[in-house]
Amino acid sequence: MKRPSAHDTEVAIRPARRPLFGDVNLGDRLAQSGGALIAGIVVVILAALVLQMIQASTPAFSKFGLGFLFSSKWDPVKDDYGALPFLYGTVVSSIGALIIAVPVAFGVAIFLSELAPSWLRGPVGFTIELLAAIPSVVYGLWGIFVLKPFMAEYVGPVLKSTLGWLPLFQGPYDGLGMLTGALILSIMILPTIASISRDVLRAAPPTLREGALALGATRWEAIRYAVLPNVRSGLVGAVLLGLGRALGETMAITMVIGNKVDISASLFEKSSTMASQIANQYSEASDMQLAALTEIALVLFAVTLLFNVGARILVWRTGRMPGGGRSA
Amino acid sequence: MSMMMAQSKSESQPIPVTPPRAAVAPGIKMEAKGLKAWFGKSQALKGIDLPLAENQVTAIIGPSGCGKSTFVRCLNRMHEVVPGAHATGTVTLDGADIYGAGTDPVLVRRRVGMVFQKPNPFPTMSIRENVLAGLRLNGRRPADAAALVETSLRQVALWDEVKDRLDRAGTSLSGGQQQRLCIARALALEPEVLLMDEPCSALDPIATARIEELIHEIGQRYTIVIVTHNMQQAARVSHYTAFFYMGELIEHAPTDRMFTQPSNPKTEDYITGRFG
Repeated sequence: MKRPSAHDTEVAIRPARRPLFGDVNLGDRLAQSGGALIAGIVVVILAALVLQMIQASTPAFSKFGLGFLFSSKWDPVKDDYGALPFLYGTVVSSIGALIIAVPVAFGVAIFLSELAPSWLRGPVGFTIELLAAIPSVVYGLWGIFVLKPFMAEYVGPVLKSTLGWLPLFQGPYDGLGMLTGALILSIMILPTIASISRDVLRAAPPTLREGALALGATRWEAIRYAVLPNVRSGLVGAVLLGLGRALGETMAITMVIGNKVDISASLFEKSSTMASQIANQYSEASDMQLAALTEIALVLFAVTLLFNVGARILVWRTGRMPGGGRSA
Repeated sequence: MSMMMAQSKSESQPIPVTPPRAAVAPGIKMEAKGLKAWFGKSQALKGIDLPLAENQVTAIIGPSGCGKSTFVRCLNRMHEVVPGAHATGTVTLDGADIYGAGTDPVLVRRRVGMVFQKPNPFPTMSIRENVLAGLRLNGRRPADAAALVETSLRQVALWDEVKDRLDRAGTSLSGGQQQRLCIARALALEPEVLLMDEPCSALDPIATARIEELIHEIGQRYTIVIVTHNMQQAARVSHYTAFFYMGELIEHAPTDRMFTQPSNPKTEDYITGRFG
């Protein structure tokens, strides 16, 4: 069969000189400028927020200077404020939460990515992610009505009788305090760490795992020697994202930490975090107290930002590992 | 014989063959009987009966998706590592069924080594550590690690190229060197059988030629099963060739006979390039 030549159909497909001018890409350009505008708004809002906080905290900063970070006074009568107890409370409760949550989260992640039968992976993964969707205040209520009596009645006495000689477990314990706060936080950051670690493990090239298995490794050895060393930075990133969440968490921890302005080595002692102090006092605060609270907020923002940026960089580096499994 | 003979689909003559060595009547090292394999619900192998001759090289050829990779992965129980995959039937190693009750796949894999399509040295390990990785994984401490590293790397003709940089990362090597490192890593465990799943498909022609030479040499001491989509390669390196098509074994014969007088018309069509 003779194929129709370009010459035959020339007239039909080329009715006239097609214009080089005109606007065929209007939609594209509208979408681009619209998108840029919306994305720009996000940046503007963030910048405005930071500026506003700096402005509102200026009175406190000019009065207390850097000493604000090292003073443990919180005296609204004399208008003398310091952030140290809250910094301490935030750091200790967050680290405590990590100590409890990280081993469990890694266990869950390894189980879900490496060991679980495929029919189980979806439902369990979904349930874990669902934990992250529970509102903070619900965790708080559960903390007060379930966790508090449980801690006071069982966990506290057991810790006291076994590890009571440690400075960590001194004094009376009614179920509210640093320990309960750290525990609540650990439950709340567990899904974050577990689901990101699972994704990081899944991104590890399967050829590594297969290479190890083919050498006669057990499944655990394949994970331990071939997979984990290659995803270490991604796992650290997952932990830091969890930490970022713990640092900023407010409602639940405010409800169970006891809200006492104090620095104590004992985890049984009531305490406060930066977030809980702001939540507790902002509605009655004015003038210098408000400025001091805003400065705490600024410090909290800076700390959280720092951890988040670090975490993102680490996760990103794992994703582009040489010979990585993920193509992105 | 040119190592880099161009593979052409339009070639209508059977490929001329110079077998490496005459296939002497050998014993049977491994044998598949009624081997069926699935990925989920789709069946990849439909009942394979295939003996593998001891200390001989057997090539598995066939078009993409014919089940040749699945078959070798069944020989060291790597097939079941893929989620949802399973296999039935028997595969014997020295007469013992590796799918039998109570058989530990980990112990099977210590006797049946494997080299993959893409070189996969462990990126966090040095060249030396990569060679010793199998022993470390198996909890064995070689009496003389340095000697074992040297022997293993010499077997794959890599020693002279890397002896001055054993502490460099395994992934710092070229693709062909990485693949030879992976073969050394498998050989360090002194396997009885070595499975090679398209070991040259990610390599350039020169690196491919080196791996083929290597197969020649170690093929005298190990039972080797090599999957290849390259029929010239099968003709060059193997004593026996098995032709798979759509999950079935179509023909299994000494390589020289397979490529000169195939008994099945499908085999002839495939090796003469009429399909695949």
